Amino acid sequence: MQTNFTPDQLADPDIAVADRILRSCVHCGFCTATCPTFVTVGDEDDSPRGRIYMIKDMLETGAPASEPVAFHLDRCLSCLSCMTTCPSGVDYMHLIDHARTRVEETYERPAHDRALRSLLAAIMPYPARLRMALRAASLGRLGRGLVRGEGMLMRRLRAMLDLAPAQLPPPSSTERPGVFPATGERRARVALLAGCAQQVLDPGIHDATIRLLNRMGVEVVVAAGAGCCGALTHHLGRHDEALGFARANVAAWTREIGAGGLDAVVTDTSGCGTVLKDYGFLLRDTPEAKDAARISELTVDITELLLRLDYQPSRTPKTPLTVAYHAACSLQHGQRVTDAPKTLLRRAGFSVAEPKDPHLCCGSAGTYNILQPEMAGQLRARKLGTLHALKPDLIAAGNIGCLTQLAGDGLPTIHTVELLDWMAGGPRPARLPQGAGG
Amino acid sequence: MIALPQPKTDVLDRRDAVHEGLRALLPARAVITDPSRLKPYETDGLSAYRQMPLAVVLPESTEQVAAVLRFCHQNGVRVVPRGAGTSLAGGALPLADAVVVGMMRMNRILDVNYADRYAVVQAGVTNLGITKAVEADGFFYAPDPSSQLACMIGGNIGMNSGGAHCLKYGVTANNVLGIKLVTIEGEILELGGAHLDTAGYDWMGIVIGSEGQLGIATEITVRLLRAPEGTRAMLAAFKSNEIAGRCVDAIIGSGIIPVALEFMDRPAIHACEAFAKAGYPLDAEAMLIIEVEGSVEEQDSLLGRIKEICGRFDPISLKVSQSAEESAAIWKGRKGAFGAIGRISPDYLCMDGTIPTSTLPEVLRRIGEMSEQYGLGVANIFHAGDGNLHPLIMFDANNPESMHKAEAFGADILKLCVEVGGCLTGEHGVGVEKRDLMSVQFTETELDQQRRVKTAFDAGWLLNTAKVFPLKPGTDTTPAPIPHAA
Repeated sequence: MQTNFTPDQLADPDIAVADRILRSCVHCGFCTATCPTFVTVGDEDDSPRGRIYMIKDMLETGAPASEPVAFHLDRCLSCLSCMTTCPSGVDYMHLIDHARTRVEETYERPAHDRALRSLLAAIMPYPARLRMALRAASLGRLGRGLVRGEGMLMRRLRAMLDLAPAQLPPPSSTERPGVFPATGERRARVALLAGCAQQVLDPGIHDATIRLLNRMGVEVVVAAGAGCCGALTHHLGRHDEALGFARANVAAWTREIGAGGLDAVVTDTSGCGTVLKDYGFLLRDTPEAKDAARISELTVDITELLLRLDYQPSRTPKTPLTVAYHAACSLQHGQRVTDAPKTLLRRAGFSVAEPKDPHLCCGSAGTYNILQPEMAGQLRARKLGTLHALKPDLIAAGNIGCLTQLAGDGLPTIHTVELLDWMAGGPRPARLPQGAGG
Repeated sequence: MIALPQPKTDVLDRRDAVHEGLRALLPARAVITDPSRLKPYETDGLSAYRQMPLAVVLPESTEQVAAVLRFCHQNGVRVVPRGAGTSLAGGALPLADAVVVGMMRMNRILDVNYADRYAVVQAGVTNLGITKAVEADGFFYAPDPSSQLACMIGGNIGMNSGGAHCLKYGVTANNVLGIKLVTIEGEILELGGAHLDTAGYDWMGIVIGSEGQLGIATEITVRLLRAPEGTRAMLAAFKSNEIAGRCVDAIIGSGIIPVALEFMDRPAIHACEAFAKAGYPLDAEAMLIIEVEGSVEEQDSLLGRIKEICGRFDPISLKVSQSAEESAAIWKGRKGAFGAIGRISPDYLCMDGTIPTSTLPEVLRRIGEMSEQYGLGVANIFHAGDGNLHPLIMFDANNPESMHKAEAFGADILKLCVEVGGCLTGEHGVGVEKRDLMSVQFTETELDQQRRVKTAFDAGWLLNTAKVFPLKPGTDTTPAPIPHAA
C-alpha cells in the first residue's frame, strides 16, 4: 500500500518501522473475515484493515488521535487473528502497539476513562495490590445492585465486579522467588514467569506447572526481581511502564543464566508468553537489546516445553473426559502454538473437541473485558455457545484471562497444565467437580 | 491515472442536509459521516485509487436499503454499493458526492433447503460462509474466488465472480437462482426464484455482472451442490511458462475437464510457498495445480491420464497430494496468492483478462517481453483451464513513475487479451480499472446498447456511476444517459 511519509518523519525509527509494516499491506481485506469485532459489528472501521488505514492516516498527518480513532483502536482486542489470516505477513501487532502508544500520548481521554486506566495499570501488575483490590471487590459485589445506569463508567464497574471471583484462593508458596529442584536426575533448568494476576486468581496453575516439571526432572526457578511481563500496561499504551517490566525481567533471568544456566524461560500464561517472545523487539534500541533477544529466544509456552520433553501420562482416566479445548488467541495467533496443547491432552487420555470458529477471541484480551464490556460480553456469549455445543465435561485453555472470562457458565474452566499434571501423578484439579471422570 | 468524475457541487453543498436525511432513516450506528470514520472507506482492494465518500450507511434490512435508495433518488445523490471491499477493479471505489451503502451487516443465512438444493442468504454473507454453513451436510456453493474467505455474495453478483473451480461448475451466473433487488427508486423486486428457469426475460443474466449499476441485491437464492465423494490435487512442475502453457492446452484439448487447473509462475510459487508452506516446487519455472474429484477409482483414472499427458512435457516433478491436509495447504497457497505477493513487492496491480486456452503459450511469452520492456516484474497466477489470466504487475506506489508504467503495462496486457480473441475481464469486473479500455473491446454502438440497459433501470445514472463505461470523451463527466433508441 502506498504511504506518504516525509523524510523527516521517516527519520523517526518507530515511524520507519510503521512504514515498513504499512507498505507490506496490500489492502486485500482477507483479515476482515476473521476479525472478531468486524464479524460482530460489520463496520470496516472495526476491522484490521480499517484500523491499519486509520493508523496510517494518523501517523502520516502527525495529528493527535481523534476520538473516533481512539474509539476504534481501543475496540481492537489485539487477538492477532488477522496476522494468522494475512497472506502478506503484515506485522499488525507492532503497528497497533505503536498506535496505542501514540493514542495515549496525543488523545485526551475523558476523566473517568483516564482514571480507570491509571487504576488498572497501578493495580493489575502487582499481586499484593490486586489481591487487596479483589477482596474489596468481593465485598463490592454485595453492592452491585447500586451500580446502575448505562453510562460507560457504570458498565465498566459492573464488568469489574462480575469478573472478581467470589472467593480468592490463598497465596501459594510458588509466588515467592525460589528454586524448585528436580525429582531425581536433573534434565533441564528453567525459569518460570511468576507474573502477576494469575498467581492471585489461580495459584494452582503455577503449582501444577512446577510439580509436573519437577517430576519430569526439570529444576524450576522463580527468579527474584522478575514480575509482571508488561503486557497489561503495554496494551494500555503505557509504553515506558511496559519497558520497565520487560527490563526487570530480562535482568532477573540474565542473572539466572549467569548463576545456574537456563534451558528455557517457561510461561503458563500465554498472554504473557507472547510479550516475552517480543522482548527482543521491544528492547531493540536499548543497552539490554542482546539480553532481551536471548530471553525471547529462550521463551516457550509450557506445552511447547512438555512436548519437547516427551510428556507421558502415568495413569489413564477411568472414564475419559471430553475436553473442549479453547485456543487462547495469544497462544494460537500470538505464538502460533496450535497443536501442542491438543496433542498433549490427547496423549493424557482426554477426548479433545474443538468449537466452531476456534480462531475467534472469547473477549478476555487482558483488560479488554473491563474496558469494553459490551463487545467482550458478546464475544463471550458467542464462544460459550460454540463450546457448550460440544457437550464437554470441561473447558481447557492455556491462559488465565480466557479461563476467568469463560468461567461461571456451568462448565469448569481448567488450565491445560493442571489436566496434564493430574494424569501424570498430580492432584485432581480443584475446579473439577467430584465424580466427573478420572 | 484513470480520471474520476467531477463531483456534483450542488450535492456537496447539501452535505449536511444529506447527512440529516440519512440519520432520519436509519439508526445512529448505521450512518457514518465523521471524516476519520469515513477514511477507511475511501478505497477497496484497488488501493491505488481513493476518494472520500459523502457518507457511509450500514443498513440492516432490505427495507432500510430501499429507504436509503429512495432518499438518494429523490435528492439526486449518487450511490456506491459495497460488500467486503475486496474488489481488485475498484468496483466499490467511492465518489466524493456519493453515499456508500455497505452491506456487511446483512450477514444472515435466511433459509437452507437441501431437498430443493438452494439457500437464501443476505448480500453480506461471505462466499465461503455459504459453504461453511452447509458443508457438514455434504453440500457446497461452487464459485470460489480467491478472496472467498472475505468477499461477499452481493459483490459476487455485481462482478459475476468466478474462481478456481468454475472450470467445472461455472461462474456466479450459473449458480444463482434468484435475487431480491432494490432499485434506485426504492422499489423491491423479486427476480428469479428457487428454480432453474423463469418465465420471461432472464433477469439473472441482466443483473449478475452489472456491477451495482442496476440496483442493490439484498437477498440471494443460490444453488447448492452435493459435495463430491472426494477430491485430490496434484502439482506438476515445468521448466518454462511456455511448456506449462502447452501442457494446459494438451490436457483441455484431450477432453479432460479437471475440477480446477491453476497456473503459477516462478515468482508466484516462491511468494506463495513462503506463506502456505505447501511443498511447492521451488526449482520450477512454472507449476500447475490440477484437481480432480469423484470416487477414488475416478480420481485414479483421471490422475493417471493427466500424469501421462504431463509426462510428455518433460516435467521437473509430478506430485499427487497424499492427504486432505496436503491438499488444503496447496489451496491455501493459491488462494492467498495475491496477498502473498505483498511479501515480494509493496504493491501490485492484479490484471484479469480471458484468452482462448490455445493462445496461452503465446500470451505468456508476450507478457514476459512486456515485463522486460517496462522494467517491472510480473507474477503470473491464473485459472489456466478456462483461460482466465491474473498477471500481477509488481510496482512501487510510492513512486509515481512506477505506478504510471504499471498501469500502461496492465492496459497492454488486456489489449493483448482482446487481440488474441479473448476479453477484458474474467471475473473481477470492469470497475474503474478497466473502464477506459471498454472501447477496445466494444464498438460505440455496442456500448450504447449496454448504456440503454443501465438507463432503463437508473435513468438518472446515480448507481455506481463512473465505473464500467468510459467517461464522456475529453471530459471528466459521466456520459449523459443514453436515450432509448428511436
